[in-house]
Amino acid sequence: MAFTVNGTPRRLGVDPRTTLLDALRERLRLTGTKKGCDRGQCGACTVHVDGRRVLSCLTMVAALEDREVTTIEGLAGGDDLHPVQRAFIDCDALQCGFCTSGQVMSAVALLREGHARTDAEIREAMSGNICRCGAYPHIVEAVKQARD
Amino acid sequence: MRAFDFAAPHDVAGALDLAGGSSAFLAGGTTLVDLMKLEVMTPEQVIDINRLPLRGVRQEPDGLRFGALERMEDAARHPDVAGRYPVISQALLLSASPQLRNMASLGGNLLQRTRCGYFRDVTTPCNKRAPGSGCPALHGDNRGHAVLGTSDSCVATHPSDLAVALVALDASVRLRGADGERTVPLADFYLRPGDTPHQENVLRLGELVTEIVVPDLPWAANSAYVKVRDRQSYEFALASAAVAVDLRDGRVRDARVAVGGVGTVPWRLPAVEAALRAGESHEAAAALAAEGARPLAGNAFKVTLAQRAILRALAELAERR
Ligand SMILES: Cc1cc2nc3c(=O)[nH]c(=O)nc-3n(C[C@H](O)[C@H](O)[C@H](O)COP(=O)(O)OP(=O)(O)OC[C@H]3O[C@@H](n4cnc5c(N)ncnc54)[C@H](O)[C@@H]3O)c2cc1C
Ligand code: SF4
Ligand code: FES
Ligand code: FES
Repeated sequence: MAFTVNGTPRRLGVDPRTTLLDALRERLRLTGTKKGCDRGQCGACTVHVDGRRVLSCLTMVAALEDREVTTIEGLAGGDDLHPVQRAFIDCDALQCGFCTSGQVMSAVALLREGHARTDAEIREAMSGNICRCGAYPHIVEAVKQARD
Repeated sequence: MRAFDFAAPHDVAGALDLAGGSSAFLAGGTTLVDLMKLEVMTPEQVIDINRLPLRGVRQEPDGLRFGALERMEDAARHPDVAGRYPVISQALLLSASPQLRNMASLGGNLLQRTRCGYFRDVTTPCNKRAPGSGCPALHGDNRGHAVLGTSDSCVATHPSDLAVALVALDASVRLRGADGERTVPLADFYLRPGDTPHQENVLRLGELVTEIVVPDLPWAANSAYVKVRDRQSYEFALASAAVAVDLRDGRVRDARVAVGGVGTVPWRLPAVEAALRAGESHEAAAALAAEGARPLAGNAFKVTLAQRAILRALAELAERR
């Protein structure tokens, strides 16, 4: 199957059982996307497909023919971090970092969706990304910094 | 995950030709892929239906029509839905997470499977997954299970929030199979478990849900969905209420009430509606929601919780006026 990952066309021969998450990590060696639960329950595997945030662990890669995938590796321009990545560092919005690539991908999409007007809206819109370290208050601050 | 063949037809006829036997349609995959990983579902063929032209929300003479493949997030944000049927919009936005709502289709949502932990664990018996093997939930962990419409074979809830709102609004689903097209009211679509909990609905083998039709109801603009859960967001309902009221001069002229998280199917409450129409107090009307409830050791609290969810929805709607 053929699709685009971070702007680069890719061709893969895949077993239909392969999830996008496993294709990214095991086949394309893009290990920035994390496997937390592998059941759609934690958000660590969040990526964008055609610009929308989705869970790569529940996405079958065979169904992505001709689609465009963006992962955490596709956000920065060289050493120029994406404003959301910058804000996560500035606001100390992580501890262990395992959930962070998913949080950042969610936050980038959220700012595009435009439902980040209040703290309550941000918390609700980020609720699909669990952080076991409980960095939530700083994550909300980072989303606000990137928004403003 | 078991091996399967994969196909991605371009039109409805192509999908119906392939379907049947041990095949499964793939929409958003948020139920199917999850349950295939757990080997609760083991189709030999997966038919990706995402190329079929079954998207969009549009007004027709018989009401508002949703394509079965319209995504939950898009349907919830559609101005006609948010403005004229807030109960649908709220039920969707209180479901799952933004990522899941971007993936999940409305048709798939109505066909999602129960979250009963025994159903999802192939190492335990479960009448729904393996007919005749028994129901460990009856005397096991049943805090999340149903109190209405249960049987001695199965006490699992239907987990969809959307379905609760749609049942309150008298919605129907349009189905297409090899034998042609039919329309089934959603209330008749779902089957209570009885002795055959593995038969959850009237969908025939290989039949496709193509559309959801919600009839016009001008006063549905005054509707709400209240959902009570163990955490504030990203969780299934312990109890929920979909309520619409036609209020004139502070009096209830008509009402629609259904509850979720407590029934084996989305649960309409005609007795509560009749009491509200008859001018009974909110409390007296909501008390009738418990009629026929059969609480288990772990979930008696749900009877009260469902009544309170109805009361809160009624109070919110009365205040808005
Ligand atoms: C962590 C998590 C939390 C969730 N929380 C909630 C919640 O709070 N509230 C809620 O309501 N839901 C919740 N869900 C469930 C989610 O909404 C459903 O999984 C989703 O709506 C299913 O839609 P889908 O398009 O992904 O279906 P799929 O997984 O693609 O399909 C589901 C089933 O329907 C069949 N199917 C799909 N489309 C059709 C069609 N058009 N015709 C015939 N058959 C079809 C498939 O073959 C499959 O059997 C949650 C899910 C997860 C993973
Ligand atoms: S409640 Fe239903 S789904 Fe759960 S174990 Fe019993 S039979 Fe299976
Ligand atoms: S790994 Fe995909 S949601 Fe947890
Ligand atoms: S930073 Fe450790 S899980 Fe979020």
